[in-house]
Amino acid sequence: MEHDVDAATGGGGGWGRLRPAMRWETGLVVVVIAIAIMGSSLSPQFLTANNFFNLGLNNGEIAIMALPMALIIISGEIDLSVESTLGMSSAVLGVLWADHWPMLAIFVVVAVVGALAGAINGLLVTRVGLPSLAVTIGTLALYRGIALILLGPRTVANFPTIYTNVGIVAIPHTDLPYSIGIFIVLAVIFAIVLHATPFGRSIYAMGDNAEAAMFAGLRVKRIKTTLFIVSGVASALAGVLFTFRLNTAVQDNGTGLSLDVVAIVLLAGVSIFGGKGSIGGGFLAVLAFAGLQNALLLTNFNQEATGLVTGGLLLVSVFVPNAAMFVRSIRRAVTRMTRRMPSEPALSMPRKDT
Amino acid sequence: MRALLRRAPLAASTLVVASAVAVAACSSSGSATPSSSSSSSGSGSSTAKTGLKIFVIPKNLGNPYFTTADSKGTGGALAAISALGDSGTETSGTAATSASQIPAIQAAITKGANALVVSATDPTALCPTLNGAIKRKIPVVTYDSDAPSCRSLFINQASTSAIGTSEVDLLAKQIGDSGEIGIVSAAASATNQNAWIGYMKTELAKYPKIKLVATVYGNDDPATATQVTQGLLEQYPNLKGIISPTTVGILAAAGVLDSAKYRGKVMLTGLGTPDSMKKYVSDGTVKAFELWNPANLGYLAGYAAADIAGGTLKVTQGATFTAGKLGQFTIGADNTVLLGPPTVFDSANINNFNF
Repeated sequence: MEHDVDAATGGGGGWGRLRPAMRWETGLVVVVIAIAIMGSSLSPQFLTANNFFNLGLNNGEIAIMALPMALIIISGEIDLSVESTLGMSSAVLGVLWADHWPMLAIFVVVAVVGALAGAINGLLVTRVGLPSLAVTIGTLALYRGIALILLGPRTVANFPTIYTNVGIVAIPHTDLPYSIGIFIVLAVIFAIVLHATPFGRSIYAMGDNAEAAMFAGLRVKRIKTTLFIVSGVASALAGVLFTFRLNTAVQDNGTGLSLDVVAIVLLAGVSIFGGKGSIGGGFLAVLAFAGLQNALLLTNFNQEATGLVTGGLLLVSVFVPNAAMFVRSIRRAVTRMTRRMPSEPALSMPRKDT
Repeated sequence: MRALLRRAPLAASTLVVASAVAVAACSSSGSATPSSSSSSSGSGSSTAKTGLKIFVIPKNLGNPYFTTADSKGTGGALAAISALGDSGTETSGTAATSASQIPAIQAAITKGANALVVSATDPTALCPTLNGAIKRKIPVVTYDSDAPSCRSLFINQASTSAIGTSEVDLLAKQIGDSGEIGIVSAAASATNQNAWIGYMKTELAKYPKIKLVATVYGNDDPATATQVTQGLLEQYPNLKGIISPTTVGILAAAGVLDSAKYRGKVMLTGLGTPDSMKKYVSDGTVKAFELWNPANLGYLAGYAAADIAGGTLKVTQGATFTAGKLGQFTIGADNTVLLGPPTVFDSANINNFNF
């Protein structure tokens, strides 16, 4: 963990930059423990294997999409189209299965569709130079539109049990759903790539300052395009898991998930301005996010108000890291004002001229 | 609201198909039906168990249609449940998708539900979760939208034939049993619409002086429905009446007819929601239209769920039960209970409804 954080701050950052990151993750550990205590005291079913299985099932796809999203946001970009890439992949899966394609061939096509979706995002951002926020809002609508054209009002629901079981049964000898198993494996790979390879360090560098990274010889455009492609493929994988879990390919699969994914990544301590964050934080954020939503469901909390809680959490996670800066800027403003006080006559001098 | 009601025909159409499938495989759902909730002392079957936890899980929360169907204040599902001495809770996701509804169903099971009342967002996606409940002897009663292969009982809001025939009867009364009429449907491929129109044509045989001149398709899109209604009126200047068995279509058609040129000259009926149609009923454009009463639908579903969980109702075809204010019902083929004929809304009663 400490090693991760050290790498996360680019190594050269020194203790000054390491400390806040550490504090954020320790804070998250405290939050996760607090949610566990709160959940188990409010409901005896909270800390049960069966509940954890359900909790994992309902959040597996979001967790998987959060990994590449973390890298993209650290690099200073964002990908809001993930939910539509998920929906489009689900639609492709449904249409091809209804056309009696063999499942393995469908998986290949879906992976290619995901990669293409990511590549379009990446090329528009890096080669055409458009802001990723605008590009991925555009493709958010575009990919959903493709899903709608492919499936129309149709629902494909006759997937074979061997595949739908992926969304119902646990991995043998464990209480983990398959999607969470996949997430854990991917999280380890992403952590190694982000925190222990030059590729990972360059993501932090370009998030800190894209121009400086470019002058330092980093292939910013290529790396960012790669990240978007990885995000597309991960979303396609999430789309397949989502479709099998619900045994349903329908055009609105995954609607609204992008913001959950971004919320988890920000809660993980990834700076929305880029350059900061860790996969360890991401892992804890998934636990906190899923645990909180599940605890709210198990207690008789007004479900319509869960948005208040998750939204509030998101605001806090954006505000707290910037709180120090905010306080500093207020202090600076205050000192400036107090310094100005004696010089007030000097300031009013020009008025006499007029 | 509109989004839901646009979905309603779609859901109903899957229902029609699904029930056909279920009829073909009749015994499968019957065998999964639990007879009552958990075992208790021997005499438990004659007196109903009370204090049970019953969860009402609509497609989504914050939806006026389901708020009416579920609330205690409107006389919906929760009113029936508390009248029987059980405790009811409404829960669901905020989006009408299975991904959003499933966690709420799982949580209800985890919280020790004795019965579930569910409007299925999807006929199959909920099945692993709902079958999990049935395996634990938790009866599952679906209402509004069925999941035929994974529930104990379905409360059907209206029969296909009743909707088709009653709309023709309503319009016939308004146009004096004679003249040209047209139909503004949803999509040409919509199963439920076509099934209703089929029954309309059969019913029209009873009215030899009424002639169905055209069926047009508004695709449940307000702009398209408006256009095709205008086209219908221009093509058939002698048109006396329009039937639109879709909430989107009837609203668009009412907008077209709401002018001095047509008001009172061309009659309109079909399926609509009271809230959206109030304006046209009060200005005389529309005399009467119909829809099932969602509060009664919820009440019946809540009542049946409490009776099954309480051990006083066994789900078998032909079994009868009395659902409080609504009277007696019989469980029909494929473990389905029919709410009854649709409710007709006119200027006399429309202000009593709020959905």
